[in-house]
Parts: sequence; C-alpha cells; structure tokens
Amino acid sequence: MPDAAKTRHVGRSLLRREDRRLLLGQGQYVADLVLPRMLHAAFVRSPIAHARIRAIDISRAAAAPGVALVLTGAELARLLPTIPDHQVVLPSKWRTTVRHHILNPQQALLAADKVRHVGEAFVVVVAETRYAAEDAAALVEAEFDPLPAVVDPEQGMRPDAAIVHEQFGTNLIAELSVAKGDVEEALVSAPHRLKRRFHHHRYAALPMECRGVVSAYDARSQSLTVWSATQVVHWVRREVAATLAMPEARVRCVALDVGGGFGVKGHVYPEDLLIPFLACKLSHPIKWIEDRHEHLMCSCHSRDQIHDAEIGFDNEGRILAYRDRFLVDCGAFNPIGSGVVYNTIAHLIGPYRIDNFAAEAKVVSTNKVANAPYRGAGRPEAALVTERMMDLVAGHLGLEPAEVRRRNMIRPHEMPYKLGILYRDGEPIVYDGGDYPAALEQALAAVGGLAAFRERQRQAREEGRHLGIGIGCYTEGTGVGPFEGATVRIEPSGKIVLASGACPQGQGMETIFAQVVADAWSVDPDDVVISLADTAAIPMGFGTIASRSTVTLSAAIHHASERLREKTFAIAANLLECGAGDLELRDGMVGVKGVPDMAVPLGKVAQAARPGWDHSRPPGIDAGLEETYYWEPPTVTWSYAVHVAIVDVDIRTGGLKIERYAVAHDCGVVVNPMLVEGQIIGGTVQGIGGGLFERFAYDSDGQLLTGSLMDYMVPTASDVPDIALAHQHSPSPLNPLGVKGLGEGGAIAPPVAIANAVADALAPFKAEFNVTPVLPEQIVAAVKQATGRTS
Amino acid sequence: MAEPIAIRLTVNGKPYEGRCEPRKLLSDFLREDLGLTGTHVGCEHGICGACTIHFNGEAARSCIMLAVQADGAELTTIEGLANNGEFHPLQQAFHENHGLQCGFCTPGMLMVALDFLRLNPKPTEQEIREALSAVLCRCTGYRDIVRSVAAAAQKMRSSGSR
Repeated sequence: MPDAAKTRHVGRSLLRREDRRLLLGQGQYVADLVLPRMLHAAFVRSPIAHARIRAIDISRAAAAPGVALVLTGAELARLLPTIPDHQVVLPSKWRTTVRHHILNPQQALLAADKVRHVGEAFVVVVAETRYAAEDAAALVEAEFDPLPAVVDPEQGMRPDAAIVHEQFGTNLIAELSVAKGDVEEALVSAPHRLKRRFHHHRYAALPMECRGVVSAYDARSQSLTVWSATQVVHWVRREVAATLAMPEARVRCVALDVGGGFGVKGHVYPEDLLIPFLACKLSHPIKWIEDRHEHLMCSCHSRDQIHDAEIGFDNEGRILAYRDRFLVDCGAFNPIGSGVVYNTIAHLIGPYRIDNFAAEAKVVSTNKVANAPYRGAGRPEAALVTERMMDLVAGHLGLEPAEVRRRNMIRPHEMPYKLGILYRDGEPIVYDGGDYPAALEQALAAVGGLAAFRERQRQAREEGRHLGIGIGCYTEGTGVGPFEGATVRIEPSGKIVLASGACPQGQGMETIFAQVVADAWSVDPDDVVISLADTAAIPMGFGTIASRSTVTLSAAIHHASERLREKTFAIAANLLECGAGDLELRDGMVGVKGVPDMAVPLGKVAQAARPGWDHSRPPGIDAGLEETYYWEPPTVTWSYAVHVAIVDVDIRTGGLKIERYAVAHDCGVVVNPMLVEGQIIGGTVQGIGGGLFERFAYDSDGQLLTGSLMDYMVPTASDVPDIALAHQHSPSPLNPLGVKGLGEGGAIAPPVAIANAVADALAPFKAEFNVTPVLPEQIVAAVKQATGRTS
Repeated sequence: MAEPIAIRLTVNGKPYEGRCEPRKLLSDFLREDLGLTGTHVGCEHGICGACTIHFNGEAARSCIMLAVQADGAELTTIEGLANNGEFHPLQQAFHENHGLQCGFCTPGMLMVALDFLRLNPKPTEQEIREALSAVLCRCTGYRDIVRSVAAAAQKMRSSGSR
C-alpha cells in the first residue's frame, strides 16, 4: 500500500479531462471519421430465422448508381477462406480440472450456405454514400428454403429439433459441471428442500453509440488501419492480421471516443474483419456504421438462462446443499465460449457458506442473436437464482429474508475465504476480504431500516396498499487476467507518458490513470499524457472488459514505475552527485532527501538519459527513460454489494413504483469517488431496466419483435428512483493499489432485488416471481390466481 | 435519385448554402455536408434524442427531419453553445457534476436541457426528470445529469444567461 503522503490524487474526485472535448461537440466517434475517397458499406440481412440460401441475384444491385462492389457470402468464402478461431484460450489449469465439453460454431463473415438468425448478414454492398449503398442493398434478391426455427432451448435439445449447426448433429454445443462436497447426500439428508425453476430473460447492453468500423489500407507502407468502436483493440488487430495474412506490425487498430460498450463491444465481430478486407480489396477507405435496427438484431444479446435449482436447509435456515442445473439460450453463435456460463457457475454461491454445491450447465444453439457478455456477464442470472432461493427459504421457515442471509453469510473473520471451486482463470476462488454482513446492514439502514419498513408495510396493507422489500446480494470476481500492460515514459519536456491497451468507453480512464501515474511519480495529473485504445502505443494489450482495467492497469503502472524509478534515480544521482539511495520524488523533481534545494526536474533527468554524445548517464545505464510492464494478476479480486429495493405495487394495474433503492458496495481502494458513484448508479439503472422493462422478444418463428426503441424499452430519467449509496472499503491484497473492479457490479442485483421486493409485497397472495422482467401482467396474473378471480 | 435541391440556412450564427437530395436527413446534412459532427445519431427513428438541436429556437430531433425543411431556418447545434471556447454555464455544470460519461448522448442532452431551462428557469427535480426523459442515456443512470441541470438552472438564474 502506498503511504498517505504519496496518495495525493488517488482518492480524490478530480473532474474529468475527457469532458471538455465531449461537451464542446469535439469528441470524435467512429461515425465522425471522414477520410478522402472513402466508400460506405451496407449489409443485406436475413429476414428469416433459419433457412438455406437457395439463390441470390445481385445484378440489379451491382448496376445501381454509385455502387463499387456487391459481395455475397459464398463469393466472400472463396476470396477469404475462414481461419481457425482466435477465441481467448482457457487456462490449462481450468481445462484439466473443470468437466467440460465445448463445441465452437464459428460465424462466417457473411452467411454463405444458410442463415441462422433474423439479421444475419449474407451480402455486403459498397457504394459512394451510405444512401446509395442502402438503395442498392434493397435491390438484392434472395430466395430461401426456410427451415424450422429453434427458438426454445429445451425444444432445441429434442431429437426431432432442427439443427442450427449441422456439423455438430446437435444443438447442445457446450456442457460444464462443477461440484464440491456431496450435494446429493446433503440434499437427501436436509430437513427441508425447495426446488424451483427460474428464467432470467434476454436483454442487452444497448450503448447509445452503435458499433462501427472504418478501415484504410496504405499501399506505400503495406499497412492497414482499423478504427473500430471496440473495447478490445489488440484482439481486433490480432484477428484482422490473421484473417488477412498480414504481420501484426502492419495492422493498427484504434478505438476513438467510444459511446458506451458495457460488454457488447467486447469481442471481435464479423464487421471488424470484413471492413478491413474490403478496404484492401477496393483500395479505398471503407466505412460501416451500424444503425440502431441492425444493433438490436445483430449485436450480441445477453442473459437468457433457465435454471432448475434445488436447495436443502435446516430448521434455522442454514443452507446445507445447493444444486443448480441450467440452460443457456446461446443464440446462433457463441463468440465468448464458456465465459458467461462459467461466470454463472462461479458466482452462484455468492457471499454464503455453502459446503455442498453442484452446478451443471448446458449451452444450446438457437436461431436468435448470439449471446455474449453484457455488464454482469452471467452473474445477474446467478444472483437471481441464489437470492430468490434465500427469500423462498425465509418464506418456508417464516423468517426474515435478511435473517436467513445473516445466518449464511461468510463472516469477516473467515477472510480470506476459500470457496472450494475454481475461477475461470483456473485459480481456486478465494474471497480476498470484506464484511458481507456489514454491507447487508448498511444497505438496510440506507432504506430506513428493516423494522421501520415492516411497520410501514403493515400499515400500508391495512390501507390496501402493497409495499415490499427485496434484497439482492452478490460477490463479483473482478480484474481478471491474463494481463494488461503499461508503458511509462518520461519525456525531456518533463511530461510522463502512459500507454496501455485498456480501451475506455466512458469510464473516465484518462482521468483516473492520470491520478494513478501522478501519485506514482509525485507530479501533477496535468503533467501526465495518456494514450489508450491504440495498438500503435503498446505492442500487447488485452482491453477493457470484465471490470478489469482499474485493477490490472493500475498494477501495471505501479510495477513499470518502480522499475523506471530505479533508473531515474541512478541518472539523477549522477547529475546531483549523490547516492541513489538518498533520493526521493517530489513535485515533478528528483531531490535529495532532507535537502530542499538539491533537486533536478524529471525532464532534466530524461534529457540526461537520451542516447547521444552529451548524455549524463552513469556507466552501465542504457539510454532512454521508458519501461513497459505486463502485469499478470495472481487471480481475481472480489468486489461485493448488497442492493435493497422497496416497491409500492398497485395490484389492480400491476404497476409498481420503486419507492427506495439502496446499494452498499465494496470496490477496495477508490481512485476517484465521483466516478465510482457514476459507475455504480449507471450500472444499477441498467439493472433496474432489465428488472422492469427491457427485453428481447421473439415469436415462434424466430422473428424479433423488439427491433426498435419503440419496442425495446430503455429507462428514462423519469423512470428511475433515487439510489442511496453506502460504501465499504476493504482493500484487495492482490494488487499494489488495493483496488477491486466495479464497472459491472451495479447491474447484477437489481432484477432479483425487484423480484424479491414484489414477491414480498404480494406475500399475502403467496405469489412468487421467479421470472424476469417483473411485468405488470405478471403481477396482475399472480394476484388473480391467488384470489381466484377470472375477470 | 431526385435532383439535389439548394438550401440556405443559418447554423450557430453562420450562414450556410448547400445542395442535397430532398430525402437527406437534417442530421446527416449537419454531420456530412457541414462537418458539424457534434450532433450524434443514436437511433434514426426519433427515440433516443442524441441528435437534438435547436430549430428556430426550439429543441428538435434532427434525425426525423429532412435537410430541405431547414431551408431558411436558424439552427443551433452543440458546437454553438460555448462562447469562444468558454463553456456555457450548462456545459460547466455538466463538467462539475459528472453529468456525462461516454459523451454520446451529451449533445442531445444539453440541447434539450437548454431549451427546457429557457421555458422553465426554476424547475423542480421532477420537472427536470420529465424534460430529460426526451433523451436516453445509458451510462449515468441520470442522477448526475439531473444534478447538472439543477446546478445550471441556479447559475443561469443568478447570472442572467440563456
């Protein structure tokens, strides 16, 4: 841990340096990029969910005004054969320990033989303007032989089901299982058992900026630049280079200002590879900007899991056994493999002491948009099951839901706590610190206290009003590896330059990493120059997914700076004619401890370090003041939170109002409190949207029914409640700053907190809410069923 | 393709002349023909509000208007808010209150908020929330945007700015 005197900037709510350009309209998003001779791409996308492509006639499209190229999937497959996939490889420790079977249906850049979901592209058109490209796309004529659509994962596993990927002969594309203790025996011997089915519905990240790619080939240097609205520039570069058989050194990928990501921009999409291919083929810069309709029917969706869970417990509500078998409706492709599904498994136990546990997951292909990580990435589904179960156990025994949680929560003195299963990095899960029961009490206090609420609830019921309280707890592995890198360089100007492969999408990284660097070097944050999301700035990078960048990059900055400090001190000692051990960093200088007048500015040390005739380096010290460090985290840090919602339900209309909402959370050491609050509240509101109204709906033919923002409901300013925040501070021992990740957390608990609150409000009707989102019709139906009314 | 039509309009106090197809969206005309890319396009069907500008002094969604409808009009876009690089009080309030994260909805949010504050200089929080529901933000959860607008209202009242 850095001492207090050095942490002058970490911990402070510095205003963001990103704001100025964004507030003046001077931000640059990929759609804003204009290049000379640029052409525009538009796609022809499948109108049906599952069909063989019988014939495509592009002749009218190709002859349309301004058209440069019309390319079908079949022709593309001839020009650009598919290469083996470049998914993130799972660590060998995980592969050899976790029982798994994973088939990987690779998505063609354009569908060639058959289409597998409404919206899958099968022709691309390139023209002088986007208008001309869309006009021509409308002239493409295609004939299909429709196949039965697989829209329900359970039906998709029946022997007579249509097969989405024939080469596998099954729609069951992955199976995973994890266990500890003896769950069967513990279930059999448990005094009480409850079994329920849960469904966490399909919804999505929906950043306000859709995706987009611009690419340009430079013949002189034989190099390609790709500007993509992505969270993973190095991954895009790696796949572009592999697909086009180019050296990585000749491919540069840059993410400009990115208008939100939340996971949906966290992997490589076909367009990231196809647009660069077209730029090479046509020798013109090519631009493709996804429109909102395309985004809703092509960019990855998330969640969509059906769980059959069983829990065994004693008379005091102590959980003795927990078994969960679940299905993931994966859609037509599975770009992140086991990522989401294993996340669900690893987060089912949550903050509780449960000795006997087993989870079995099946991943099923269907004719829908691919399912991939979105803020929470498998954890909201786990929280829905576990936290609903806690309330059901409480209801069964006539206990307070909070009390059942208290009795099962891991206590602070048990930390660090070995959970007994592996994380997806292959390491045993060890909760690295925190006070879960205290977070529960904090969150309850923040909504006015449980006892006071129960009294209000009682009074309200007498008046015919239905108030309910719902709790949602979770633990969250954050800052996952394999690595992130930092290059730290001191310029002769005195500026300190940081470069990294982390890719911001609104988190304020230019600000927070300036704070971290400023503290590491005892300089003003304004003297830190930040270069992110550009493969030209650092050779290797991982990117910003999985609540990882503050954790991984701050540690990389720390270690790169430690090494660079040694060299800086060696050269400064030469300049100041003293021993390196007598030196310290202070206010942009290297100075002799206890001698205020003896100091040399960092810029002077950088000048002295330059290669050439007049350098001032001591013997044995090589030129330059730059260090790159790739930090490989030992394993994840564990953030946690408790959400509490109080709802007021109108049982006649099914309408509900969130009367109060509180979050008590821990993300270790906080770099910028203002930005942390912004992340938590933003995430929580996405979770509330998912809990109440956001959802993708398909009909029985696999037609998307929610293809516009008139059908897919996003929360507005007038829909969301005040959210009270309470903070816990348990620094992680796993990284130098003691930080834990927090980008995703807010979105994990709201759906289950709301479901629990509504179930609590309707406890007199013995209604259960085990399916999200909690819709008015569900509430009305539950009340009708309980009261026997048929009106 | 129909013949291009000539249009004249004033944007951020500056006169422009342009020619475009009658079907061209105003948002595309601003971004492509005038290079004013501060106006963002988030849905192209009039829901998200990112493309909001001021059209003859009133907030309007530029993605569901045609450029030819702006012939003779006076427009203000996000680029017209600051004065010689100095933030408008509303921009300053968004900066100080963390009223933006990714910045994509921000131009629309600012243009809607400014129109609203001119009509209602002393709003309640609920009135601010209802007005801002014209623009979708996916990052902030709105709390800090609402605070920004409330802070701006106070500052604009005391300084008499519009």
